[in-house]
Amino acid sequence: MSAPLLQVKDLAVHYKVRAGGVLWGKYQSLKALDGVSFDLKAGQTLGIVGESGCGKSTLGRAILQLVPATSGTVAWLGAPPPELKALRREMQIVFQDPLASLDPRMTAGDIIAEPLRNYRKDLSREQIKAEVRKVMAQVGLLPSMINRYPHEFSGGQCQRIGIGRAIILGPKLVVCDEPVSALDVSIRAQVINLLMDLQRELGLALVFISHDLAVIRHISHRVLVLYLGKAMELAERESLYAAPRHPYTQALMAAVPIPDPEKERAKPRVIVSGDIPSPLYPPSGCVFRTRCPKATEICAQVEPPLESAGQDHMVACHHWRDGRGRD
Amino acid sequence: MTANEAMEATEVIGGRSLWQDAGRRLLGNKAAATGLVILAVVAIASFVGPYLLPWSYDQIDWDHIEALPPDIAMGHYLGTDSLGRDLLARTLVGGRVSLTVGILATTVALLIGVTVGAVAGFVGGRTDQLLMRFVDLMYSVPLTFFVIILMVLFGRNFTLMFIAIGAVEWLTMARIVRGQTLALRGKEFIEAARASGGSTPAIIWRHIVPNVLGVVVVYVTLTIPQVILLESFLSFLGLGVQEPMTSWGMLINDGAVELQINPRTLIVPAAFMTVTLFCFNFLGDGLRDALDPKDR
Ligand code: SF4
Repeated sequence: MSAPLLQVKDLAVHYKVRAGGVLWGKYQSLKALDGVSFDLKAGQTLGIVGESGCGKSTLGRAILQLVPATSGTVAWLGAPPPELKALRREMQIVFQDPLASLDPRMTAGDIIAEPLRNYRKDLSREQIKAEVRKVMAQVGLLPSMINRYPHEFSGGQCQRIGIGRAIILGPKLVVCDEPVSALDVSIRAQVINLLMDLQRELGLALVFISHDLAVIRHISHRVLVLYLGKAMELAERESLYAAPRHPYTQALMAAVPIPDPEKERAKPRVIVSGDIPSPLYPPSGCVFRTRCPKATEICAQVEPPLESAGQDHMVACHHWRDGRGRD
Repeated sequence: MTANEAMEATEVIGGRSLWQDAGRRLLGNKAAATGLVILAVVAIASFVGPYLLPWSYDQIDWDHIEALPPDIAMGHYLGTDSLGRDLLARTLVGGRVSLTVGILATTVALLIGVTVGAVAGFVGGRTDQLLMRFVDLMYSVPLTFFVIILMVLFGRNFTLMFIAIGAVEWLTMARIVRGQTLALRGKEFIEAARASGGSTPAIIWRHIVPNVLGVVVVYVTLTIPQVILLESFLSFLGLGVQEPMTSWGMLINDGAVELQINPRTLIVPAAFMTVTLFCFNFLGDGLRDALDPKDR
């Protein structure tokens, strides 16, 4: 097997924030992302799931170097990434808010063509236009809408424009930052299917960020569960959904209703109460302990390492072996 | 019909840009549309009118050295001033000077202000600090003082005056643009542009400038009258254009001296100037409503 497309090691992003007033406050570091590692193979999808504020968007942006990483490395095809401009040609991003991610004063065609203008200065206007039309058809937009402005499109169509812009350079990886959560439920499936079709046609690898476990399950090959900037669990999709090991993952799953009443009744009840602690003052030891039903003494003292809990299944919890009878 | 033909057939679906929408809304606003029309009339009259009048602005009618009331037969449609020069011709030429100063100085302010503001706001950090502190510094220099120094150093001339005014007016423009840019910088489409491989100048030029232009246009329509007023103020102090060339400010100044004997010489240029300023303000208001950034 060749080197994975993307290898993220111990990636951390800490922001400096001023706590307590503009004048007298002192700088504190906010650990938006703290030591996250994973591999991604070409053509595969990694789902990243977690509640809002868990650092999943930061992770996506740090991979693309849209925010500077404090420490850790991102390797591309087994080597340190090429310089920024070359790298961005290979990796693109689709944003959460489809309308906000499009310049309101540019036409759909100009928006989709923008990466080409930056990277393919050799192309003539006509060639660019032809390329844009091709991509528009690919993402399910009528090429005749090329001169329309973003506010004249629906949310789903705007997201298609965003996807078109992301794929026009033929990247190998697209980071999708909650690409469907701002969309109408009825449109979500269409956009998800579009992404999966494009993945198949173009051999794209996806990093798919979402808070929605059902969507993640549909699209991902592997899933990474984040909580307060730390990896809680990283596993193959089947293994994770069949037997979530981490109390946090179990809690997330418990919150999703299963259509089959039999299974719905049988599924473990893990009740998680309380709010996410502020990332400025994360709990000692295991970051999840303030809300964890299984927390014990040791959880407050020792941070659980991410350890193997079965084939291709990593979990960060002291007590993942306990109470497995419920699987 | 094949799919291809269908595509060709629907080729012409145009889009309505935000600018086109705004244009339509602007024309729907009565005050602004009227203002626009009157401004156009005043501008055309000022630039073309003097060539069509029987008397030129600096020509003295020796038969009427005293201020003559309006006399159609003589070709003095609004009479003459106390030196026997045609008042209408002088007012129109004065308008030409005032409008030119207003527009040129505002253009200077626009170019400098937008560039400085956009760069400061977008690049941020030390660049921002440096540029904005310079702006603060310039703010603290009194205008008249500044202009007088320039005049002393370079002598009185027309170009210098609008450079001087422009150099002062760009400060506010820079602050406004910087504020807008700061707000824009956090938007996702800017991040998207960066992810698309755009360099900083490309992003500023392609995304920031077009998006702050709405606010800038409004500000421009409010700056032009301000500059016209400034120019009259400088002329009033004797720092403006030189006789026999004239401007609205100078005409009003001259008229004010003769207010008691000959109020017409004050009223005519004052009326022209007031109407123009009003129209600019109406237009500015209309533009602001039309471009209302509801953030679609
Ligand atoms: S380490 Fe302890 S607190 Fe953390 S998830 Fe496991 S049981 Fe809960």
